[in-house]
Amino acid sequence: MTHSSILLAVEALEQSFGGVMALAGVSFQTPENLIYAIIGPNGAGKTTLFNVLCGFYQPTAGHLRFDGQELRGLPSHRIAALGIARTFQNLQLFFNMTVLENVMVGCHLRGRTSLLAAALRLPKVRHEERRLRQWAGEALELCELSSHAERSAGALPYGLMKRVEIARALAAKPRLLLLDEPAAGLNDTETMALRDLLSRIRAAGVTILLVEHHMPLVMSVSDRLLVLDYGSVLAEGAPAEIQANPRVIAAYLGGAVQYAI
Amino acid sequence: MRLTGFFIFAASVALLPVLFPDNYFVTVVGIAAGLHVILAVGLNLLIGYAGQISLGHAAFFGMGAYASAILTTRFDWPGLLAMLVGLLVTGTIAWLLAQPILRLRGHYLAMATLGFGVIVHVILVQATHWTGGPDGLGEIPALSLLGWIVDDDQRWYGVIAAAMLLSIWLSLNLVDSRIGRALRAVRGSEFAAEMMGIDATRAKTQIFVVSALFAAFAGSLFAHQQAFISPDSFSLMISVELVTMVVLGGIASTFGAACGAIALTLLHESLVVFEDYELLIHGALLMAVMIFLPQGLFVGLTQGVRRRWISRIASRQDMKGERNSTVQQ
Ligand SMILES: Nc1ncnc2c1ncn2[C@@H]1O[C@H](COP(=O)(O)OP(=O)(O)OP(=O)(O)O)[C@@H](O)[C@H]1O
Ligand SMILES: [Mg+2]
Repeated sequence: MTHSSILLAVEALEQSFGGVMALAGVSFQTPENLIYAIIGPNGAGKTTLFNVLCGFYQPTAGHLRFDGQELRGLPSHRIAALGIARTFQNLQLFFNMTVLENVMVGCHLRGRTSLLAAALRLPKVRHEERRLRQWAGEALELCELSSHAERSAGALPYGLMKRVEIARALAAKPRLLLLDEPAAGLNDTETMALRDLLSRIRAAGVTILLVEHHMPLVMSVSDRLLVLDYGSVLAEGAPAEIQANPRVIAAYLGGAVQYAI
Repeated sequence: MRLTGFFIFAASVALLPVLFPDNYFVTVVGIAAGLHVILAVGLNLLIGYAGQISLGHAAFFGMGAYASAILTTRFDWPGLLAMLVGLLVTGTIAWLLAQPILRLRGHYLAMATLGFGVIVHVILVQATHWTGGPDGLGEIPALSLLGWIVDDDQRWYGVIAAAMLLSIWLSLNLVDSRIGRALRAVRGSEFAAEMMGIDATRAKTQIFVVSALFAAFAGSLFAHQQAFISPDSFSLMISVELVTMVVLGGIASTFGAACGAIALTLLHESLVVFEDYELLIHGALLMAVMIFLPQGLFVGLTQGVRRRWISRIASRQDMKGERNSTVQQ
């Protein structure tokens, strides 16, 4: 780990909502090209961390550096343009579009078409449409969704909707992918498929921040873990270290660790 | 194919005057319907695709009309140049207006655009020196397109039909593009759209301006075609009617908006006999559509037909399947 470069560095991050300290000075560093899991009980501040990271909230204090660049103060679309994509704990699919169109929106940053060119449908627009379609198709294929491309996103079963969100995020070709509870609501088969998908994504060179409650999945797929509790870091380390950490066992994991082992 | 619907529509528009030559109803009502289609298709980009409401769209319609009227009558500008300047001015005003206004959501946006529409209407009435006030502006010269003078109903039908088809084509292109998808994404979830790298404020501002430009374009044609304009044509009532057209035809569908515009124009024409009850019938019809076809006339009906079609094909296949299985047994 000491050899790989740091992709994301979070320093003394604080986020308070009125009286609630959702993040009370969180610091950690995510090396490139691995799956970095963030776990913790409900209300620990995991989703809040993602929301701060992607510019939805402005942090009360602290720093966020992505590949050396400060993210704090940037609007969400600028952060996305730097190479960060995400999925959402409560689905945020575009229900008014097909699966393919959803994923093509994910390709937005890879396109150049301006409003005027689009309205006149210049030849270069047609070329770009074809390319976007192809890129979206690749993301769908990686997520094993090709056969659902033309379906309306709103008509899919829940498990597939979650996968479309991943495909949409991947279509942007991000360097860092934030996944907020991708296994929630999935059955065992779907969870196994998800584990394979996560490994494929990592193999493609994308760094993943994984927020997840499903311990067997987390322990088997992640390279490092961060444990949050009441907005603070409880522990950080490799899965084996975390499973052996008495503070983690006492505060949170308990039986789940045994189960995972 | 992507533009099949467009070509069918274009062919019908071209055939009408051939099938009914010298028909007053076709040309005159056709002209009014065509202008409404341009307005509704433009407004639909904003309401249907970007999910933003404008209750002041008649103001942009009026700006295009008055820019053309004032520049051609008071300054003797050629019609096309006046139209171009009108578009430029309206676009700029829409862009400036969008800065504070598009930060508002829902009812606030509706109120703000409504306020804007009222202010523009008051200016049209009060700035008598420029606009002629409530008496209006007359003697607007006929439009000249590179020497071809548009001065009778037939020619106007042709020009407005072409302008209408142009706006439908532009709208269809826009919707089915990177820009259109970004707009629909903003409507679906602004938060998620931003995370895909879409600058939501910019996308909304752009489409607000485009939608205002469609209205100004229609306004300019309207001024030349009528040769006389007055503030009545650009009142709050007209703004509401434009929104009704979009909703009536079916939101987020270019042809839906076009059909809504045509349907409402025809309704107006057929209701002139019941002038006193027009508003009443108008309202009742709108309520009926909202209750029975909440997706709008065009979208509701086409989907209904498609569904019946699919279920009929499916049941036919079921029957075949049964027959096959009995044979196998
Ligand atoms: N917008 C908000 N306004 C006020 N409080 C908030 C807001 N967002 C989060 N919180 C609070 O911050 C704390 C952390 O919430 P967060 O959603 O980040 O938890 P989480 O770790 O994602 O939990 P879960 O596992 O249930 O998803 C909670 O106490 C929550 O109530
Ligand atoms: Mg959460």
